[in-house]
Amino acid sequence: MHQEIIMAGSGGQGVMVMGQLLAHAAVIEDKNVVWFPSYGPESRGGSADCTVIVSTDQIGSPMTENPDTLIAMNQIPLNKFVASVKREGVIVINSSLAEVPKDRSDCRIISVPANDIAVELGNLKIANMVMLGAFVELLRPVKLESVFLALRNVLPPHRHNLLPLNEQALKRGAELAG
Amino acid sequence: MTQKVFERPRALSENTFSYCAGCLHGVVHRLIAEVIDELDLMERTVGICPVGCSVFMYDYMECDMIEASHGRAPAVATGVKRILPGSFVFAYQGDGDLAAIGTAETIHSAARGENISVVFINNGTYGMTGGQMAPTTLVGAKTTTCPEGRDPAIAGYPIKVCELLSSLDGPSYIARVAPVSAGGLAKTKAAIKKAFQKQLDGKGFSLVEVLSNCPTQWNMSPIDSLKWIEETATKHYPLGEFVDR
Amino acid sequence: MATKTLMKGNEAIVKGAIAAGCRGFFGYPITPQNEIPEYMSSLMPKAGGVFVQAESEVASINMVYGAACTGTRVMTTSSSPGISLMQEGISYIAGAELPAVIVNVQRGGPGLGNIAVGQADYFQAVKGGGHGDYKLLTLAPWSVSECYHLTALAFDLADKYRNPVMVLADAILGQMIETIEVPDKIETYIPPKPWATTGRKNRDKNIINSLWIVPQVLEELNLKLQAKYALMIEHEVRYDEYKVEDADLVLVAYGTTSRLCKTVVDMARKEGLNVGLFRPISLFPFPSIPLEGLAERGKKLLVVEMSHGQMVEDVRLSVNGKTSVGFYGRSGGMVPTPSEILNQVRDTLNGGSSCSCCCRTRSEEVSR
Repeated sequence: MHQEIIMAGSGGQGVMVMGQLLAHAAVIEDKNVVWFPSYGPESRGGSADCTVIVSTDQIGSPMTENPDTLIAMNQIPLNKFVASVKREGVIVINSSLAEVPKDRSDCRIISVPANDIAVELGNLKIANMVMLGAFVELLRPVKLESVFLALRNVLPPHRHNLLPLNEQALKRGAELAG
Repeated sequence: MTQKVFERPRALSENTFSYCAGCLHGVVHRLIAEVIDELDLMERTVGICPVGCSVFMYDYMECDMIEASHGRAPAVATGVKRILPGSFVFAYQGDGDLAAIGTAETIHSAARGENISVVFINNGTYGMTGGQMAPTTLVGAKTTTCPEGRDPAIAGYPIKVCELLSSLDGPSYIARVAPVSAGGLAKTKAAIKKAFQKQLDGKGFSLVEVLSNCPTQWNMSPIDSLKWIEETATKHYPLGEFVDR
Repeated sequence: MATKTLMKGNEAIVKGAIAAGCRGFFGYPITPQNEIPEYMSSLMPKAGGVFVQAESEVASINMVYGAACTGTRVMTTSSSPGISLMQEGISYIAGAELPAVIVNVQRGGPGLGNIAVGQADYFQAVKGGGHGDYKLLTLAPWSVSECYHLTALAFDLADKYRNPVMVLADAILGQMIETIEVPDKIETYIPPKPWATTGRKNRDKNIINSLWIVPQVLEELNLKLQAKYALMIEHEVRYDEYKVEDADLVLVAYGTTSRLCKTVVDMARKEGLNVGLFRPISLFPFPSIPLEGLAERGKKLLVVEMSHGQMVEDVRLSVNGKTSVGFYGRSGGMVPTPSEILNQVRDTLNGGSSCSCCCRTRSEEVSR
C-alpha cells in the first residue's frame, strides 16, 4: 500500500491539521508516513497545502509530483493542483466552495459539501474533518477508527470536549463517500 | 627581623609582560590578580582575553584562561558562566574589542544582566595594529587613520561606554576609573573588587572602564601620557560610579 | 525498546541532542529552523541544561565556544545565512580543538536567498567555510530518524576528535513530519576532559586558545589537526547504498535529494533500467573509496544536488576519471522532481549528455 495525497486550501481551513491527523492515524496502524507542509508567506488566509504519503514500504521522496488523491478545500487550490493528479486518480472537492473540474473525466471526483455540513453540525471549522472522513472511507489509507484514536492522541485533554463533534463530522463525510 | 610587605599576587604568573614601557595593561593585570587573591577566587576563575595588545593575558594570569575572538569575550563569558554558574568569570577587553567590533555582545550581555564582570581598557587607540582610530578616540585626536585629528564630520563621535550602558536595567555596577596616581590606583582596585563582588553576590553584569594609556601610539612619555589622561581624557570621560545596585 | 511516533525533523534534532547529553544550546531565530530554539527553550531547562537566545549568530557561536570550554556538550543551530555569520567562530573552535555541534538547516541562497530548501552550503561545510586549514566532520541526514540519530552521533564524534561536527540538514528535513522510532536510551560515551577551563582546583591552569604566534608552533598544530582528519578519513566514513549491485547507473545524492533519488531508482527499475543509489552520510570524510569501487566496476554515476554542482566535485575527485560522472541540479528552493531526474537517467543510459543545464560545460572543462 502506497498512497500520495495533496491536501490544499487556504490558511484557516484546517488543511495542516487534517494532514497531521491522517499521519498520526497511519502511525497507529504501524505504517510509514511523511507529512510535508507548504505555506504562503501569510500567517492567515494565504495558500496552505500539505503532502501526506502513507506507505507500508520505506518512503522515498517526501513530496509528490502526481498525487493519487487531491483534497481541495476551495476553488483556488483546486485550480492549482487539479492537473497534477495522476491519471485515474481521485479528487475530493469541497463542493461548498469549488466546482467540479470539467477536464479530469479520467479521475474519480467526489463532491463533498463540507462547509454546508459543518454549518449544519454547528461549527464551520470542522469542514476539514468532513473532507477527511469522506477521503478515508473512500480510499482506506487508514481505518476510520484509527483517525478517531489519533484525534484522542492529538487533541490535548482540555479539548476532548470537541471529540464528539469531530467524530460526527468524520462520520458524515464517510457516509457521503460510502 | 624582615617582613615581606610586597609580593607577586598568586593569580599573576611569573612571565614577563610583553607590554611597552609605561603601558598600564600590566598594572591593571596586577590589580585584577590582587583582587582574585583577596577574594580567594583563583580556583574557580575563568578569565577571557580579548584580541588586542592584551591578547597574551593568558600567559600572565595563573587562573584558567580562554582566548576569545575579537569582540566576543562577553559571549564566550556568557557560555562559560551559564554552564558553570559557580565559577567566577571575567572578561578583559580593549576599546576596539568592546566598543567597536563587540558592541552588540557588550550591550546584550549587559542587558541580559549576565552575571559576569568586564574590565574595559579605554586608551582611545588600536595599540596593537599600529595606532588607528578607536571608537573612543576623542574629537581632534590624531591617529594613523585620522592623521589630521578625528573629524566628527567624517568619523563621528567617541562612544561613552559607561553612560551608554547605564541606561540599561541589567547592569549591577558600572564605574569609570583612571589609575594615574596613587589615589587613582586605589580607586581602580576598589572598583574592580566591587565589580567582582557583584558577580559573587549574583547581582549580574558589572563593568569597570579603566582610562588607560598608550605611550607608544600616543607618542608621549609614560609620565606625559598619565598627565594627559588626568587633564584631558577625564574631561570627556568623567570618572565615577554610574550604576551601583 | 523504542517508541514509534511522529516527529518533525527540527524536533528530532532537539531530541537527539538532548538524548546524547547536550546541556547547552545557544541560538538565534532564522527560518526554517525556528522550531529548534523553540523546543530547546522548554526542553533544555527540563533536562537540566542551559538555553540562551543570543543577540546574533556571531554571539551564538561564541557562546558555544565558551560553553564548550567547560567540557559540557553544547550546540547551536541555524540556517544558511546564519551559518555564514558563524564561520569565524567555527574556525576558532576547530583551532582550539573544542568539541561542539553545529546544525545547518540549509535554505536557498546566496544572500538572503529564501526560506525554501537548498543544498548550496556543501562547500562551506566540507571545505572549511571559515579561515585556515580545518575540517568540520560533516554528517548529512536523509530522514527525520537520522536527524535524531546523526545529531546524537555528532556529539560522540565531536568529543572523540575534539573537533566541531556539523549536521548538514535542509529545509525539507527540518519541516517534514515523519515516522520515527525513538529509542528509550541511546548509547553515548562522554570521555574525560582534563583540558576544560572549569577553574584550576586541584590541577595546573588550563588555557584554551587558537593563537600560536610562532610559525613552527602553529604548523605543529596544523599537522596535529591534519593527523586527526586522517583518522576521521580512516574511521568515520559513512554511506548507504540502495540497489547498486546490478546497477549500470548509480545516482549519488545526500539529504533530501537522496530521498528523491530513491524514488527515481524505483521508477527506473519499473522501466527495466538498472539504476541504484549511493548516499554519502558523512560528507567529510567523504566516501571516496566506495565510490571509486563503483567506478572500477564500470558503473556510470549521476550526481543530483539542490545546487549547481558542489558535491559532484568530490565525486569526480573520488573516481578520478575512471567513469563518467554526470550532474543534475536545481537551486534557489527549486526541488528536482523525480521525473526530471528520471529523464536525466534515461539520457545518461542512452549515452546522451548527462546534463541539460550547467554541466555540459562542466564536463567539457573536466575533460579538458
